Amino acid sequence: MSLTVPEKGWFKAPTGSERLWIGLALAWCMVLTLMMPFWHLRGKQNSTGEAYRVKPADFAARVARFVDANKVGELAGITVVAPAPGTDIYLQAQMWRWYPVLKLKKDQTYRLHVSSLDLQHSLSLQPMNMNFQILPGYDHVLTVTPTMAGEYSIICNEFCGIGHHMMVGRIIVEE
Amino acid sequence: MSTIAIAGTPQASEPPANVAGNHPAGAVRKCDTTGLPVCKTAERYVKLNAVMAVVFLLVGGVSALLLGLTRWPSVHLLPVDWFYRILTAHGLNMLIFWIIFMEVAILYFVGTTLLNSRLASKALAFTSFAMMLTGALLVNAMVFTGRADVMMTSYVPLRAHPGFYLGVILFAVGTLIGVINFFATVYIAKRDHTYEGSVPLVAFGAIAAAIIAVVTLLHGAIVMIPAFLWSLDLIGQPDAAWYRLVWWGLGHQSQQINVAAMVSVWYFLAHITTGAKPLNQAVCRGAFVLYILFINIASAHHLLVDPGVGATWKIWNTSYAMYLAVLASMIHGFTVPASVELAMRKKGFDKGLFGWLFAAPWRNPGFSAFFLSLVIFGFLGGITGVTLGTQQINIIAHNTLRIPGHFHTTVVGGTSLAFMGLCYYVVPLVFRREYAWRGLVRVQPYVFAAGITLMALAMSFAGSYGVPRRHWDIEFSGAPFSPGFDAAAHFMMGLVGVGAVVAFIGLLVFILLTVHAVFLGRSNEGRAMTAW
Repeated sequence: MSLTVPEKGWFKAPTGSERLWIGLALAWCMVLTLMMPFWHLRGKQNSTGEAYRVKPADFAARVARFVDANKVGELAGITVVAPAPGTDIYLQAQMWRWYPVLKLKKDQTYRLHVSSLDLQHSLSLQPMNMNFQILPGYDHVLTVTPTMAGEYSIICNEFCGIGHHMMVGRIIVEE
Repeated sequence: MSTIAIAGTPQASEPPANVAGNHPAGAVRKCDTTGLPVCKTAERYVKLNAVMAVVFLLVGGVSALLLGLTRWPSVHLLPVDWFYRILTAHGLNMLIFWIIFMEVAILYFVGTTLLNSRLASKALAFTSFAMMLTGALLVNAMVFTGRADVMMTSYVPLRAHPGFYLGVILFAVGTLIGVINFFATVYIAKRDHTYEGSVPLVAFGAIAAAIIAVVTLLHGAIVMIPAFLWSLDLIGQPDAAWYRLVWWGLGHQSQQINVAAMVSVWYFLAHITTGAKPLNQAVCRGAFVLYILFINIASAHHLLVDPGVGATWKIWNTSYAMYLAVLASMIHGFTVPASVELAMRKKGFDKGLFGWLFAAPWRNPGFSAFFLSLVIFGFLGGITGVTLGTQQINIIAHNTLRIPGHFHTTVVGGTSLAFMGLCYYVVPLVFRREYAWRGLVRVQPYVFAAGITLMALAMSFAGSYGVPRRHWDIEFSGAPFSPGFDAAAHFMMGLVGVGAVVAFIGLLVFILLTVHAVFLGRSNEGRAMTAW
């Protein structure tokens, strides 16, 4: 029994249905093990973790240069930029806003650089519900190809202080 | 070898077990119910740790109610600053203080009673308890005075008052001392030959939990000491990605202490409520070994959408390692109910496929809490956990309410519920007091299980609509844009509130009845406990 010392000779191979169950469970674990790399090669959406070290001040300077070069307007007090397809684009996370508003073209590919100037944040694209962790000191690069036109929200879903719930940004995708 | 030995011939140099144990005179009593030896020193510290566990459970429970009532959109009770403050308090009091105080109590009980030994050191037990209590009080003082609004994870560069990190460190070191005292007890039991052969299965599980605890607490020291020094401005800010990597070596592995302890409690309760015996001890023990070996690298699944760690690293660590730890849980998920089935069939409840299950002692709160814990942990917790730990699925789940939806079925519906079931035996056997209002006690596990299941499922569904965790307002008042979640998500958030209220009622019933039993319950000294 479980509370007393086991009888001598307890160390023996499983038999019967217990053996069958362990076999099935192990086989299932192997299926799971193979599925993740398989889907990494086969699936379209993966987190590769591509990132480069960057000082927050340097990242802010790159964002400022990017905004100056591609500015097209303003939305809810936030600068809107329309970068050329195929280029490197920037998104800055900061207590408590996403900057700037990005206007992208459908079916074009961009390299999106995201980093934080202060705390940890998390980029949550709605309503697609895709989520990526954003850290200060790390330029997180996401290769993005929007496939549907429309207006999308970016919310922050890593706690970043009292104004956390107000940290909402926007990505606009045009035909 | 034993087949050719002639009876009475000494086979090995191993002397017979010292059945009287190694207790000094007067330091042991025989349990009036089970006949097991109870070390009086250990008993005192089992009581102290268990009482503190329940006190912090109450703090965490009241916090849980307030959080549930805030995330229920039509109630939205707390103001924003208090929401995050209470959320920080809830995580720490529940996941750390309630569970770890309880686990130290379990270790002392297992090391002494099941191994028929005295507790190795009274001084270490006192030091451990004093440090843990000081640490827990310090952390709570910091949190409730608004000096540590950093969540349980305290991700740098979020910064708390140095007292917060100091409190966590004190608690962790205190726990480590308790674990060392347990290992010392296991050692002297072996040295003094207080048992013969291998340790009992429940003790084996507890040793596995204690080994994982040591590795966990070392990660805690590696990450918390720099954070403490940084909060004092003695060193620069620790790297955010490094902090997350090492913190999850603490954060995830500590959940595996809970799993190993909970599974040991399952074996304990299955035996004490139905007389179940494991089918094959080698299988059960092997599964515990898998936990020890493979759970550390599985912590990587918390970083599946992080920058700085590559896809190969993520996939290797989360898949290969994780599934062997999953295999361990799948094995226990078979062997535990199978042992109950065999025990029930042997008693004559042999009708059909599930006759043994219908005839099980469902009115015994020790059994119902154990079995509900097994079902909630195994089906809801296990399946959601494996799903969320997949690279691609994690993209649509990271930091949404699907994550707390998952871990409330493992840690609350699983571990906490199993520990409640354990208390229904600890109070009569260790405190030697009987529960009053026994009808209410019988209902409690069902109420708590129903509430927590409703809440966790609603959280998971809301999360799959994108509703974030750790978030005060999904109306996003004051934000430049509004994402406008689906109406179904708002409905689910209402169910989160309802589930939280029901679970809180179950929790409150447990706490009130337990506190009443401990302080005012009828004594059963000198006779067996009243059977459930």
